[in-house]
Formats: sequence, C-alpha cells, structure tokens
Amino acid sequence: MSGTAAPAVTGRIHSWDLSTGVDGPGTRFVLFVSGCPLRCLYCANPDTWHMRDGRQASVDEVMTEIGKYRDFVTTAGGGVTVTGGEPLLQPEFTGSVLRRCKEAGLHTALDTSGFLGARASDALLADTDLVLLDIKSFDIGTYRRLTGAGLAPTLTFATRLDRLGVPVHIRYVLVPGWTDDPAAVDALGAFLAGLGNVDRVDVLPFHKLGAHKYDALGIGFPLRDTPVPAPELTERVREQFREHGLRAL
Amino acid sequence: MTVAIRPDVDAPAEPWRGFAGRGWRDRIDVRDFIRATRTPYEGGPEFLACPTERTLAVWHKVSALFPEERRKGILDADTATPSTITSHAPGYIDRDRELIVGLQTDAPLKRAIMPNGGLRMVENGLKAYGYEPDPFVTEVFGTYRKTHNDGVFDAYTPAMRAARKAGIITGLPDAYGRGRIIGDYRRVALYGTDRLIEAKRAERARLDEQPSTPDVIRDREELAEQIRALGELTRMAASYGCDVSRPAGTAHEAVQWLYLGFLAAVKEQNGAAMSLGRTSTFLDVYLQRDLDEGRIDESRAQELIDDFVIKLRIVRFLRTPEYDALFSGDPTWVTESIGGIGTDGRPLVTRTSFRFLQTLYNLGPAPEPNLTVLWSPRLPEGFKRFCAQVSIDTSSIQYESDDLMRPRTGDDTAIACCVSAMAVGRQMQFFGARVNLAKALLYAINGGRDEMSGEQVAPATPALTGEYLDYGELSAAYDRMLDWLAGTYVDALNVIHYMHDKYAYERLEMALHDYPVHRFMACGIAGLSVAADSLSAVRYGRVKVVRDETGLAVDYETEGGFPTYGNNDDRADTLAVDLVESFMAKVREHPAYRDAEHTQSVLTITSNVVYGKHTGNTPDGRRAGQPFAPGANPMNGRDRHGVVASALSVAKLPYEAARDGISLTSTVTPEGLGHDPAERAPNLAGILDAYMSAGGFHMNVNVLNRATLEDAMEHPEKYPELTIRVSGYAVNFVRLTREQQLDVISRTFHEAL
Repeated sequence: MSGTAAPAVTGRIHSWDLSTGVDGPGTRFVLFVSGCPLRCLYCANPDTWHMRDGRQASVDEVMTEIGKYRDFVTTAGGGVTVTGGEPLLQPEFTGSVLRRCKEAGLHTALDTSGFLGARASDALLADTDLVLLDIKSFDIGTYRRLTGAGLAPTLTFATRLDRLGVPVHIRYVLVPGWTDDPAAVDALGAFLAGLGNVDRVDVLPFHKLGAHKYDALGIGFPLRDTPVPAPELTERVREQFREHGLRAL
Repeated sequence: MTVAIRPDVDAPAEPWRGFAGRGWRDRIDVRDFIRATRTPYEGGPEFLACPTERTLAVWHKVSALFPEERRKGILDADTATPSTITSHAPGYIDRDRELIVGLQTDAPLKRAIMPNGGLRMVENGLKAYGYEPDPFVTEVFGTYRKTHNDGVFDAYTPAMRAARKAGIITGLPDAYGRGRIIGDYRRVALYGTDRLIEAKRAERARLDEQPSTPDVIRDREELAEQIRALGELTRMAASYGCDVSRPAGTAHEAVQWLYLGFLAAVKEQNGAAMSLGRTSTFLDVYLQRDLDEGRIDESRAQELIDDFVIKLRIVRFLRTPEYDALFSGDPTWVTESIGGIGTDGRPLVTRTSFRFLQTLYNLGPAPEPNLTVLWSPRLPEGFKRFCAQVSIDTSSIQYESDDLMRPRTGDDTAIACCVSAMAVGRQMQFFGARVNLAKALLYAINGGRDEMSGEQVAPATPALTGEYLDYGELSAAYDRMLDWLAGTYVDALNVIHYMHDKYAYERLEMALHDYPVHRFMACGIAGLSVAADSLSAVRYGRVKVVRDETGLAVDYETEGGFPTYGNNDDRADTLAVDLVESFMAKVREHPAYRDAEHTQSVLTITSNVVYGKHTGNTPDGRRAGQPFAPGANPMNGRDRHGVVASALSVAKLPYEAARDGISLTSTVTPEGLGHDPAERAPNLAGILDAYMSAGGFHMNVNVLNRATLEDAMEHPEKYPELTIRVSGYAVNFVRLTREQQLDVISRTFHEAL
C-alpha cells in the first residue's frame, strides 16, 4: 500500500493467468483487462472486447492477487504483464497497476496495439519496463480492414516510445492472405529498423484456438476458413525482418 | 567400527593414491570421501563426448531385443532357478565389446524368479507369459520353504483383509518385494568386500557382548546373513573376472565394482523400486583421477558411464500383467540422484553429473535409470541450464528440492523410487504404499460401508442421513474414519515388514548399510485432491446426497461454485494441507515395527487410474471410475490458472508432514516455455528455482505436444522411445494402457503454461 489515501481506482478485468516466455521475459503474472477498441478479424480473445463483460476490480484487489506470485515471478526472472483487451482503454487503472507493481519491485510489461497510445501518460510509460507493441499490419488499407481502425496512432506511439527510450518487443501476427504481403512486411521492417528501442520482433503464426469462444458467444469467426501459415511462410517473414537487422523469432 | 587399513598388495596400483581426506580411510564413510575428494564443476556441457561406435554397437545389440520383448511381454525366463546372488552363470550382451559386465541371469532380458517374496506372484507371472512354473520350485516353495506372502497372510487380521480387498488400503507389498532400500553400492568400489566384511564382523562382535534378547538375536542373524551376502557378491564378481574383495584401483574398476554390488541386489530382490543411490559424483572422483593420470580421455570416461547406464536400463523382473498395469509398464525405479549442494556450501555437481544426463542423448531417452536432479537455486547456472535443456529435449528427468532434504537427511541423500529421501547407507525405509483418502471420505458418509460393494468394511458408525451434507458433520465423521484407517494401515504395515524381514530379508542391500540403521515407516496417501475438492464442495457449495434403496449414498448433486485445489486459493488449498497434516498425525499415533520413524508420501505413480476405477462418485463432481489426479496434483482440468498457480497450491503441502515426498507432475508444450527456443531452458530453470524457493518438493517435467501424444497412441511403432514423466517416474508412453494414455492427454495440458 502506498502512503497516500487516494480514492480507490477500479477497472474492468477479464481474468488473470500465468505464462512463461510469451508475454515478456520469464514467467509472468498476466492481467487481462476488458474492452478493446479494435475488432481484429483473427482475435483469439473475443470475450475481452467489451468492458461491460468484465468484472469490476479495484487495484488493491488485483495487487493482492499479484502479491501471491511476486516471489515466484521475480525468482523465475519474470514480472507482470497487463494485456487485454486493450489496457490503454482504462489508462488510469492500468497506470495504477503498473505503478504499484514498480513500487513492489516487479518488472512490468504493457501489451498494447498502440491505437490508444495517446492515452498513455509519460508517467505510465515511466512505470513500464517493456512495451509489447502489436502492429497488425503496415499497410494502411489492410490495417483498417483487419482491425476496423487506423494505423497512424500506433506508429505515432512507436516513435514516442523510441523517443522516451522504452524498450519494445514487436508482435506481428502472421495471417496468410492478410499480413504475409512481402512488400508490407519489408516496409514494416524498414520502419522498425529506424527505431532504436526494438529488441525483437515476434512473428506469431495465426491460430484458431479461440474459435470455440466465438461459438460460445454466438458470433461468427471471420477467419474460420483461413489456413494457418505454413512453417516456410513464417520463416520467410522472419527472414525479411532479419534482413533489416532485427532479431526476429 | 574403526577397522585398520589392509595394505592391498593385489591392486594394480595403490587404489587410494591421490585421494584427499582422512576420516573415510579409518571408517566406512563414503560421504566423507566425496566431501574430501570431489571436484565441483561450474561450467556447461561443452566438454561432453558423443557415444563411441563401441557403445552404440552394444546398445544396438541389446535394444534390438526390445521389440520382441514388448510383443511377448517378456523375452525369456529361467523358470527353474530361484535367483540368488550366485545362482546364474555369467551373461553378456557382447562379451568382446562390453566395458561393464554383469547380467541378472545368463542372457540379457531373461527374467529370473524370486519366490521368497511370494510363490503365487512367480507362478502367475510365468503363466501370464506362457511359461509353466517349474514343479520342483513349486514343491520347494509350496511345501518346504515358506514365503513372505504366506507369512503375511498368516498374520493379517480380518479387518486388514477387508480393507485391502475393498481397495481403501492398496498396493501393499505383501505379495512381492518391498524394495525402496538403497544399498550403498559405492562402498564396494571404495573399500572392497574384504574390508566391508571386516567392518560387519566388528559390528557383530559388539552385539555378541549383549544378552540374547529377541531383538539382539535377530540383529545377529541379520549381520551373519549380510556377511554371507558379501561373500556371495565376491564370488559372483569373480565369475566375471573381477576381484571386488579389494578396492577399485581405476575408474573402470570403480564403475564395475559399484555395478556388481547393485547387480547382486537385483539378482536377489524383486523390489518394487531398486534404486541406485547417488553415484555420479562418487564415480567422478575416479574418472577425474584417471583423466589427470592420462589413463583415459573424455570419450572413454563417457563410454564407461554409457555402458553402466545400458546395464541399468535392462534390469528386469518377472511380474504379473496386473502389476504392470498398475505401474504402467515394467518399472524398476533404478533411481540415480544427481547434483545438490554440500553442507559445506559447495556444489556436489561434477562433470560426471553431466555425463549421466548425457546418456539421454548418447543412448536416446529412456525411463531407466530414473534420473533425478536434486535441485537448488544455488546450483551452478551451467548445470541448471543443461538439466532444463535435457528436460525439454527428453522429458526424462525429475527434480526434487535439495534445500528441503539437506537439512533433514543430509547432503548424501538419495531418492528411492520416486520421491523417498534417505541418507545413503544410513537410513532405510519400510515401503508402505498408500491409503485412498477419497474412498475414506465416502466411508465417512456411509458409516463405513463401501460405496461400490455396499459391504461393511470399516467398523459401523452412524451414516450421514441429511438430504444435504453438512460440513461440520462430515468433517467430524471423516476425522473418525481416518482414525480407524490410520490404525488399520500401520497395523497392516507392521505385519508386512515383520514377515519381509523374516522371509525375504535384503541381505546384500543391508550389508551396504551402517549398523544400526535408521528406519522409516513410509506410509502414503492417494486421492488428496479429490478429497480436498469434495470437502470444499460441501463447505462452500451445497451437496445433495443421492441414496440407493439400501440407504447407501451413491451419488451427489453439487449446487453452487466452490474453490478447488490447484488455483493457489487458500480456501481450497488449506483443506488439502489440513488433510496431509491430520493424517500424518494419526499415523504417528500407532507404533511402527522396529521403532521406525513414521513418514508419508503424497504419491500415486500411475496407480491413480486404478484407484479412481475402484472409487465411486465423489461430492466434488468426479464420476465413479474416473481417474484421480496423480500424486499431489490438482484434479484434471480444475487448475484454471496454469501450471504456476497449480504448483504453488502443491507447494503449500508441508514437507514436514510428508517426509516421504510430495509428487507433482507438470506437462508443458515447448511453446509454453517461451516463444524464443533459446529462452526455454533458462525459463524452465527459473520456474524450478521459483517452485523450490516457494517450498515445492518435487516436479516432473514433461515438455511435449498433445499432437505428439495422440499420434503416439495411434502409431506406437513410431515412438518406441517416447518417454513421459508420470508422478515421480518416467514411463514409455507406448507401453501405457489406452486408458492411461487418454488420462495423460486429458490431464491439464498447459498450452500456454
């Protein structure tokens, strides 16, 4: 508990989990917040789209849960990752969680599309050790068709992170027919190579493990018939990033 | 016990040349020897050598026999020769090529009979595989020579028989060898049998001065048997051209002498677990000396370990198909404990710790020997990373907390079977299998009647009659039922171990222990998560009872949610902790045979499937017949926050109340350890550090894909070596029953960890 008697900040959360090496370094407590302004066609977590579907939770409550794992994730070389949904849809809540984690000596990561990057204050970013920035596509038209929103805010956010010196891991979901266009991958690689804070690019093969969630929610999964990428395609895209001097995995 | 050193004129060179330290020369003390002479290794695996052509030739020759063995159940059996240390002529895989020699019988994989444990087990084992029991053996052991099994059933009470038949006390070693006794086979190499016999004679001489009470008489007889067994070991070794009466003078001899000691044990005892001890760092002292003297190179050092491990992989016992079904395949639990930290603060990790693990690459993955790493966050980083990488590549090693064991059983602790810690050569245990805590809960509800058969098994108490189960009423009834169970259980174990000592005494293994020895009475519990979740359902939800026409509660309708064990939620986890502590306390109330110290394990190996089959519907919603979770694992699918939350629930179980070990099996996919393959080993090492720091005792780590297992079910021929860890033990997946395979697959598959 911090000393000041600030009003209790609350947020809408979906769930929490623990993961290893997929949401930032080491084993991490991963907080899924509810609500997202994007509607990515391949979204694996449609159950996190609406804030109203989440559970109201106070920062104290979340920190109590995180506290149970503090020693574990610290010893295991990890920390806490706030993801969603879109954590920057609830900047005050997300900022408080990150601040409290920093105070507790935990490594912090923020997983975001960057679309709402303008809502992240410099103070919030100062409490963030690592941003996992999901760039869905580097082609403006594809980005809009894929997410329903514009690409520009994400790129603005990426350059701001560079200016602030916040380390970034890029996440790039590879969807055959959508994000495998060599020219677009190449352009993204060139853009990222121009930033000084990108430690690595994770090329994540599209999967359909979230399909059952669409069924449960009674909504259609738009990419149900889209194939998962062949290993060769995944490797080709990684290689394209590597040609720009990036560490692509 | 001080014995003068005998100058060893026969040795090719002074056997102890260059070894530091004093104490171990004056008394039998291998721990002191290791402490004084070891060379800790802080580096990585770069120095390791590949298998030589010779090693591969020997391995391919014997492994070529495995398919036929798998098809027939056993490759061959000697039906006419009850096995003793000296019963069989020497046997070889490939006499010209083998570096380390010695087989249980005169041919590889040919099984011996050991009727001292029980004639019926031998006869059923032979008949199941199409062999006729030898009439002379049947006559001798049916008429003239009583077996352990006969003795036990002479002394069992009706209550014990009923509890055993109903499966509330189960897996008891009353028809076969109890095992779990680790001879200190290193002593054979370090001292030679002449010196060991001399020391045993000195122990015996002290006893001769005491009045001949029953205890003293028994001890004198046992020491006489121990001395006799050491003589037989010397003769058996001589038949292979090895003079183990003197200390080993080279690394080759040290490995060979040590193995012959172990071989003598497995020629005489068909124990449930015939564990090896903690040999790698001991052997490293010899390998290092030979390397320093220029006698051998790294390739030769690895060859010696590879050849030794080949022998450990082909230890075989004649058992029944039912036994194999219970334990998934044909386990021998040749457990080798590797690593750890000395009480002097220096690691016990040496290059040979790496060489043992390297056998999983050189010879391919395998369940035996059961390689067990004694883990501490203080282990050298290079070793931690290598262990983690070997786990990721082979799923063939298990981890146990060195930090929990070292303060209790010391820094020369080895694991018997899966999770049972003992100071090598100073402590032994009476293996006690386990009781079924979930069934006991149903007995509490039903006033001692069995929920499957309706029979009155426990003494009749008032059954719970309410429409809904009341938590206070249930926990009081359960407490009383566990009182009865603990008493009946310890009583039965006392009978078993009295008779085992009398009719199937482990002469050779005990000859490689100090006198007097510290004994544990190793009790155990199964069904912990089912019992804890059932109590949670009653406490936090509402559980309606469905009774049959005789009033027997046969099913439960659970309303409302309830917290479950395995989510790091204290409400449920505390129930499991309380159960472990309370049953341990109850067990301790009953005096144990030979003043053994009571312990218990939370371990099922793979028998969780069979226990589940024999247990009716439970209040947590588990259906009758459905498998239990293995060991201390949460029930399948109820751990909703991944392997870490589930591990932290298990870590809450107090080791002090489960000193015989707490087993956790975790299965992760490679991706579940990190998107970047290079990070997976450090990530896994980090998880182990964190789990052990949180008080976790044991973790099996399986790293594989669901698709791999499903494919292996359909195409076993493609995966002859696929090894997975199941509750303290590694098994060949393709040798599991289909039911067990499905259980493994459905067990929470932590796709995202």
